[in-house]
Amino acid sequence: MEQNHTEHVDHFDPVASKIGMWLFIFTEILLFGGLFIVYSVYRYKHPVEFHLAHQELDVTIGLINTIILLVSSMTVAMSITALQTGNKKLTLIFIAVTILLALVFLVNKYFEWGAKIHHDIYPGSEFLMSLSKGDMLFFGLYFFMTGLHAIHIIVGVALLGVVFAKVKNGSVNQNRFSLLENGGLYWHLVDLIWIFLFPLFYLIH
Amino acid sequence: MTGNFTTHRMPSYLEQQGKYTGIRAWILSTDHKRIALLYLYSQLFFFFAGVVMGIFMKLELIAPGQQIMGPQTYNALFTVHGLTMIFLFIIPGLAASFGNFMIPIMIGAKDVAFPKLNLFSWYLFILGAIIILVGIFTGDGPPDTGWTFYAPYSLKTNTNVVLTVFGAFVLGFSSILTGLNFIVTIHRMRAPGMGFFRMPLFIWSLYGTAWIQLLATPVVGITFLMVVADRLLHIGFFDPAQGGDPILYQHLFWIYSHPAVYIMILPAMGAITEIITTFSHRTVFGYKAIAMSSLAIAFVGYLVWGHHMFTSGMSETARLVFSFLTFLVAIPSAIKVFNWTATMYKGSISLEPPFWWAMAFIFIFMIGGLTGLVLGSVSTDVHVTDTMFVVAHFHYIVFGGAGLAFFAALHYWYPKMFGKMYNKKVANRGLLLLFIGFNLLYFPMFILGMMGMPRRYYDYLPEFATPNLISTIGSWVLGTALVIVVVNLLRAKKGTPEEIDDPWGGRTLEWKIQSPPWIENFEEIPTVEHEPYELTEK
Repeated sequence: MEQNHTEHVDHFDPVASKIGMWLFIFTEILLFGGLFIVYSVYRYKHPVEFHLAHQELDVTIGLINTIILLVSSMTVAMSITALQTGNKKLTLIFIAVTILLALVFLVNKYFEWGAKIHHDIYPGSEFLMSLSKGDMLFFGLYFFMTGLHAIHIIVGVALLGVVFAKVKNGSVNQNRFSLLENGGLYWHLVDLIWIFLFPLFYLIH
Repeated sequence: MTGNFTTHRMPSYLEQQGKYTGIRAWILSTDHKRIALLYLYSQLFFFFAGVVMGIFMKLELIAPGQQIMGPQTYNALFTVHGLTMIFLFIIPGLAASFGNFMIPIMIGAKDVAFPKLNLFSWYLFILGAIIILVGIFTGDGPPDTGWTFYAPYSLKTNTNVVLTVFGAFVLGFSSILTGLNFIVTIHRMRAPGMGFFRMPLFIWSLYGTAWIQLLATPVVGITFLMVVADRLLHIGFFDPAQGGDPILYQHLFWIYSHPAVYIMILPAMGAITEIITTFSHRTVFGYKAIAMSSLAIAFVGYLVWGHHMFTSGMSETARLVFSFLTFLVAIPSAIKVFNWTATMYKGSISLEPPFWWAMAFIFIFMIGGLTGLVLGSVSTDVHVTDTMFVVAHFHYIVFGGAGLAFFAALHYWYPKMFGKMYNKKVANRGLLLLFIGFNLLYFPMFILGMMGMPRRYYDYLPEFATPNLISTIGSWVLGTALVIVVVNLLRAKKGTPEEIDDPWGGRTLEWKIQSPPWIENFEEIPTVEHEPYELTEK
């Protein structure tokens, strides 16, 4: 999109891009905030059904996924430190590990959802429609919120993939690493949201 | 920066030749001024589409009984009219067009902080508009829910709600990214010496607006996604048959859509402040009070959404609290109006067209504001809710407020943006006609509402006939006036530098550069040494 000499010289301001990223993260939190409000209202209205429905979820697989995401948050943070010290190879390894962990998370999610769908529990299914209203809402929220979160994981993977390529070709480097930093911030956000989703669906009694 | 622009001129951003030519030089440009014009043209296009729909609705209401369309068409028409006017014209509003053009120039920068993101926002805007248009013309007919998409009807109707709601979601993204861009620009790109309290007040109003765009829009975004999920996946978030709560939809919708009214009106107030200050040839009265009142409106505006739901089913306490908070918004709004008046007091006022537009704005906005008190108070609201009174109030605020300010800003900055000057006499006459048409069209609706005529019906009882006839005639006058105003602007003539660089004696930075500006705005970044409206020698 550059228009030779008539377009402005690319103005590089890492602080600006960091502020921009933080503002974007606010909007993401508010996006999920709307869902948390809906969750709270319906949990308040149907406490017993929500409690019974949550027992259908597999805490172990949820816990494994929580650990995976926490570790991936750590590896993405380590990749930034590695780049700051100028170790490009280590940076690439850490980004790759982060992406790999994200994919493992998605595979787990696939099996978890698959088991539910196999038992005929999915939005609009005949079986779910025959259950109580609280059950319908619980599983509706479960699929919608974890689904939206999974979409964020996929976006995060794509973002980290771009960063990986840019670190490799040197356009993201020791002196100019705000893209990696912002990618990392986004990844922490994805992690943070899961930290709230996990207890809401799997743990609260 | 001194006034030497008449001797040494650079090619303007309109003529600048880049890598691309023809239309690509525009739709691939990351220059904030070109993007501003892209917004301006697309917004005006949608505005006139909305006007045409409005005129057809008024024609249907010219007399009792079916005139030119049946109930289903009428329902679709008021829905699409609302969607077009709100999401495609007035929510991007003055911020996307004039804000984009003026923020960098008024704070002494070369562009916004993220020029590519800026262009991307416009693409999202157009994408959202296209999705909505496709939604209107495909499927089982255009949506007939009203622009609010209230559940559970929006979940049950057979019309094409999914696409239009999704289009509105995409538009929300565009709005968020524009707000984000503006906040970062204002924080990071101010010229040396331009402290926050040396910024022009238009910038302050846009700053408040940008925060609302950023913090309110995601809530409606997720709400629209839930409606889509309800329709496609039958989750039942808002469907009572599945345990969902339609009132919850209304809460979530208005948590955004009330602040959205301030997204529309705040930049409008900012532009009016600029105009009044310039044409009064005085320093603005109460600079800090006006600046802070913008932030106060942005903040309090979050807490009043419940006044849209006084009759929806809320506890008595909630209704009283929301009513009280609604009255609080009147304080910062009144601060602005009083400061405008005080600015004019003992000023040396030049009666140019933008000033007349600002006067028309204040008059109409005041009627809108005072009738708002009727709706803000629970006991009176329950009598006029869902009547034509609400329609009248809404149009006095949004069209008479934000819409008139849009045209005021257009007349004020037209020489700067296009390097042309329009015929001032015709501009004044057009405005006079528009002012008459506007009041003829909307004032009878207050009376109709008081008489009890409900809104959103294609037909009405015979006793409502006379005010409706007057209103329809008003719509023709208004339509004619708009054509005169726009044709007059299109026929504007190229002026000499003396005529266009600073025709009004403005004191903010945009009047210190040539018209139309050079692509980089400033040959060297200015250093700001005084308050924005100080009278200095040129």
